Amino acid sequence: MSPTAFFQQLVNGLTLGGMYALVALGYTMVYGIIQLINFAHGEVFMVGAFLGLLALSFAAQLGLEGVAFTLCLAFLVSMVLTSLVGMAIEHVAYRPLRQSPRITLLLSAVGMSIFLQNLVMLIRSRDLQPFPRIITGGVNIQGVILDYIQILIAVASLVLMLALDLFVNRTRLGQAMRAIAQDMEAAQMMGIDISHVIRLTFMVGSGLAAAGGIMSGLYYGGIKFDMGFIVGIKAFSAAVLGGIGSIRGAMLGGFVLGLCETLLVAFLSAAGVTEAFAYKDVIAFAILILVLILKPSGLMGERIVEKV
Amino acid sequence: MALLEMTNVVSFYGLIQVLRGVSLRVENGEIVCLLGSNGAGKSTTMKTILGIVRPREGAISFKGELIDRLPTSAVVSRGISTVPESRRIFPRLSVEENLEIGAYVRGVGLHRLRPQLDHVYSLFPRLKERRRQAGGTLSGGEQQMLAIGRALMVQPKLVLMDEPSMGLSPVLVDQIFEIIQSINQGGTSILLVEQNARMALSIAGRGYVMQTGRIVAEGTGQELLHSEEIRTAYLGE
Repeated sequence: MSPTAFFQQLVNGLTLGGMYALVALGYTMVYGIIQLINFAHGEVFMVGAFLGLLALSFAAQLGLEGVAFTLCLAFLVSMVLTSLVGMAIEHVAYRPLRQSPRITLLLSAVGMSIFLQNLVMLIRSRDLQPFPRIITGGVNIQGVILDYIQILIAVASLVLMLALDLFVNRTRLGQAMRAIAQDMEAAQMMGIDISHVIRLTFMVGSGLAAAGGIMSGLYYGGIKFDMGFIVGIKAFSAAVLGGIGSIRGAMLGGFVLGLCETLLVAFLSAAGVTEAFAYKDVIAFAILILVLILKPSGLMGERIVEKV
Repeated sequence: MALLEMTNVVSFYGLIQVLRGVSLRVENGEIVCLLGSNGAGKSTTMKTILGIVRPREGAISFKGELIDRLPTSAVVSRGISTVPESRRIFPRLSVEENLEIGAYVRGVGLHRLRPQLDHVYSLFPRLKERRRQAGGTLSGGEQQMLAIGRALMVQPKLVLMDEPSMGLSPVLVDQIFEIIQSINQGGTSILLVEQNARMALSIAGRGYVMQTGRIVAEGTGQELLHSEEIRTAYLGE
């Protein structure tokens, strides 16, 4: 593989990794706080993409102009609405089961995932929905093409992750979130409103997934009701790779997974493997299996977890 | 008017009745100890005061106000804080963050907690030295100091202490009891749950003895220490 091709794949991998990381954060935050693998989180990502599309169509109908403005609007509207969806999911599917065994919550999550997929399919369509490509073009740096959309995804995902990191580590609510993750009952004794913080965790995680959903729509040019499934599992793998429960781990895991996937496919392709692209999911799940066997606590995990 | 007053409180843990009509009171400035064997309902009494376990019957008032329907956050912000059983330090938060969490219900910005932090550091200089360290890396005695310091962050009127001597060496136990007394001399009332009955009664003004969810004896520390039944049943003599 030529250096140009390598750098090109590096850029592509980082873009993909940014999206994975945004979705992985929701898995890891929810796991950290209530030890639940929220299998409906992939669908939250999908709902975020659809709400983004809705916002963009509305903006177009209202005749709003300016790419930056409509894009910010779409991100804002979708992230806010999706965080409300996340809040509703927690309220309906998980809160009543707070005292139940984890496996019950897990099944509830799977049910919620099926429900959301079918809901969007029924009210929208079962076909791929075109997503407006409002950002086109790019810059060519010595043969490596940086699409503007890739730059946007990289910058936006980094800004969101930085904001999250500051929120979790520098604010009282973030502190409360970490305290609950470490010892829920003790946190309650300190007077922290557990339900409030859990709700907030779902909202933040869902908002980030929504941003990932819009990015995915903009990048690939289309969205579909079942798009959350594979991205969900990939992001979950990224969260496990980084160490489930660890926020910085999920960020790292997302980027590492995106890069591995893209670069390994490129290497396979350069080595003459036909249809190397088809192997990209194999790579992600091979990584998941290897992590689970070799280092279940992940790259930045603080302990080996065995619940669920 | 008593600072804290529980009247005929009945609590359940799931389907199991744990408190069967508990009445006790803590006056302003008192150290009151609550004795009893394992499973007598001492910890449940604390959780019920805090609003973590809801009483089925009875009333709990604090400074004359009924608090038995309030959420824990409201109970804590009225001035009741806790030193939980086995300390329950947040292991991956720093010492200072553990203290800040103690003042969570005060809701003020972190920088405005400075005076209270300085107060706790003056009581426990050791904690100041280690303020950037993760709570989980402290020794048992230091963790107990941190748990006590954390409870002081809300400037409580009443501190509920659950087995503060548990798992500590005799020297440390003496230290902790001295600290408890000095906190009390600062005007904070203390409800002390202890297995170490002799030690607890020696610093407590009054005490209650619990058995299977009921108060079976009460009296001044000296009375209980010298009562024949208590000695045989709880002091192991």
